[in-house]
Amino acid sequence: MSRRPEPVQVVKERRDAALAALAGSIPYAGFLGIRFERMGDELTALLPYDEKLIGNPVLPALHGGVTAAFLEVTAIVGLAWTHLWEEIESGRIDARHLGAENLPALPRTIDFTVDYLRSGLPRDAYARATITRSGRRYASVRVEAWQDNRARPHAQAVGHFLMPAREGRKAP
Amino acid sequence: MQKPSQQEKTAIARAFTEALPHCRALGMEMLSVGEGEAAIAMDYDPRFVGDPKTGVIHGGAVSALMDTCCGAAVMSHPRAPSITATIDLRIDYMRPATPGQKIVARATCYNVTRSVAFVRAVATDEDESRPVATATGTFTADHALAARHGEEKP
Repeated sequence: MSRRPEPVQVVKERRDAALAALAGSIPYAGFLGIRFERMGDELTALLPYDEKLIGNPVLPALHGGVTAAFLEVTAIVGLAWTHLWEEIESGRIDARHLGAENLPALPRTIDFTVDYLRSGLPRDAYARATITRSGRRYASVRVEAWQDNRARPHAQAVGHFLMPAREGRKAP
Repeated sequence: MQKPSQQEKTAIARAFTEALPHCRALGMEMLSVGEGEAAIAMDYDPRFVGDPKTGVIHGGAVSALMDTCCGAAVMSHPRAPSITATIDLRIDYMRPATPGQKIVARATCYNVTRSVAFVRAVATDEDESRPVATATGTFTADHALAARHGEEKP
């Protein structure tokens, strides 16, 4: 038995709508100007340069807190996206009617450790998160941020997150 | 150039932090700084919210506050140069900050070696008995770099 595959445009619209709803639901990410680009289920976070992101105006360099926040937003959205992806692809959540009010609860940060590898230059930054462990209750995420050169990250981080209780999941 | 006096270092740390564009964007207010200790406040702002369902401030905004406060504590330390950069910073989130309340970070630079400054910090909201977050970090204490910028070794 074979099912006709969905038209590519329908699939793309569903996934892009879900990502837009998720990324748009975090006011602080909007304040910093963070955006997300998607290739399949892989996300890349973008932080376009802005004067208000500068810490040291003499160098000038991005504020360490901006880099930390960028990495943490990337980790949280990355985690939430992985779970949202399963929900929308299985049809349990309808991406067309996804808003801040009916999005699944976001993971909560337990701890977050940032290594500052190089000074953040006054230009755009990018980041990608890797989920190293995703359990029912706890998740571990690694994030890397870079600017001009992907091989020379300016910061990396590891964090632990508390996952929201999900409906319809069996106790272990 | 002479090594700056403690009062001058405190003034430098305060002026420097207040001149940082991102600290202004977050509305940070230096409450006190000197002798390796610093306290900085950040008012609640709906733009800094991490989860609109709860109205809780995003961890990233708390990180920015902690990083600034730790850096100011290092710069004001008698044995540290007044130029520093974060090497690493770990934040532990104890509980969500209560929406609507100001967050205050207090940092202590408790040791400075020839090249590294060690810092810890606590952030609280109005209930000061229950910390919102704690931080531990290491910062550069590059005396050679400071000397190139005209500062004498302490």
